[in-house]
Amino acid sequence: MAYPPAAHSTTTRQPSVKVILTSADVQRVVDRIAHQILEKTQGAQQTVLLGIPTRGVPLARRLAARISAFEGVDVPVGVLDITLYRDDLRQHGTRAVGPTDVPPGGIDGQRVVLVDDVLFSGRTVRAALDALNDVGRPASVQLAVLVDRGHRELPIRADYVGKNIPTALAESVRVTLAEPDGVDEVRLYGGAR
Amino acid sequence: MIRHLLSSADLDAGTALQILDTAAEMATVAGREVKKLPALRGRTVVNLFYEDSTRTRISFEAAAKRLSADVINFSVKGSSVAKGESLKDTALTLQAMGADAVVVRHPASGAPYQLADWIDGSVVNAGDGTHEHPTQALLDAYTMRSRLGRLAGLSVAVVGDVLHSRVARSNVLLLSTLGAKVTLVGPPPLIPVDIAAALAPGTAVCYDLDSVLPQSDVVMMLRVQRERMNDSYFPSAREYARRYGLDGSRMRRLPEHAIVMHPGPMNRGMEITSEVADSPRSTIVEQVANGVSVRMAVLYLLLGGNNR
Repeated sequence: MAYPPAAHSTTTRQPSVKVILTSADVQRVVDRIAHQILEKTQGAQQTVLLGIPTRGVPLARRLAARISAFEGVDVPVGVLDITLYRDDLRQHGTRAVGPTDVPPGGIDGQRVVLVDDVLFSGRTVRAALDALNDVGRPASVQLAVLVDRGHRELPIRADYVGKNIPTALAESVRVTLAEPDGVDEVRLYGGAR
Repeated sequence: MIRHLLSSADLDAGTALQILDTAAEMATVAGREVKKLPALRGRTVVNLFYEDSTRTRISFEAAAKRLSADVINFSVKGSSVAKGESLKDTALTLQAMGADAVVVRHPASGAPYQLADWIDGSVVNAGDGTHEHPTQALLDAYTMRSRLGRLAGLSVAVVGDVLHSRVARSNVLLLSTLGAKVTLVGPPPLIPVDIAAALAPGTAVCYDLDSVLPQSDVVMMLRVQRERMNDSYFPSAREYARRYGLDGSRMRRLPEHAIVMHPGPMNRGMEITSEVADSPRSTIVEQVANGVSVRMAVLYLLLGGNNR
């Protein structure tokens, strides 16, 4: 989840659009992160993937499917909704609360890998860490993102990065995935250039 | 989202369903080790109760605390109201203390509307006179939906003292918004002739409980308000129980999936027998648990964002 939400300015100038990752790229990147998770977690033992809505959830499911295809390990996948933990609740109208779905085994003593589409300010991840705290006590927490676009506002970094994209603050990154949006793609919408 | 919750009529179907869906997420918190969410940190919720109540006040208090709000309980006994302070002066005091929401129960119908004019915060009606009790209707709808899987098309019988029941009024309004079909059942003096049409078109009235039961998915029993017993709305408690009380043999005339509800507090042996109240069809204890989740949803949706 890009944070703050990607704002599409409707200035008179046409914003430029650039495709950063194509559908094939996205699949390769997901495969690579799946391998990296296997490598860094000793075969994904004692590991739980938690997707952050909206697009972290299908990403987490895909990672689990790839891990299962590569090594036959079934990694539990869950959903962690962070709405009630956001630090900007009062800057907007009331946000709808989404479902949180922790795998039946829970997360106590497990290695939790948080999965999101875009890492930006880091505030979503901070909220996710707070939410995690109320759900259980994992042994450790890691972070996997499809895109890191920089501009961190908090001391947070990702353990697994699909692609680093240097961006200007005025630009916005949009990830679309086949499950919710029909096509896998990462686009960069330019500010005025 | 709306700013106050004063009447079930304030809720369109979309808003009502949003409350029920949010409540379903809030309910999962009850199963966790840390039953607490930070969403309303730093907000102040005042429970202003001019009438006795245990479950509603405790339910609102638990809901606000689970969302990390600060809760101030204001009961009339032991307060300046006992010295004759008016509702308006109390409201101004609460306003000065910076209450973000006031949950109010008052014996006068319409008091929450007055309050909403006087203070800047959100007002939640927790029961005003014989007018409305919208969070009760929401928790009843939530309970029906979680037991029966839907609300649209359900046949709901509301049985008892409809005339004096704010629970009945709020339920009729909300259920008809959500597409359920309500039949009001009770002795004629307790069901005003024009109430059905006035509240919501499509609401039916029937004076014979036994004929309604076989077609009902939900039977909602209302409390017989003993304090009104002397007003000769019906000849005697025994006769009321015989004609409109829900006992085991009546319960067996219900369809197999049907549920029995009661907003509490119950008069066992009067409108409902212990056999029915303690049967698996009864949702009375669930209603209390669901009340906390629904009130969490209402407080979050009223106070969670910058809705003012």
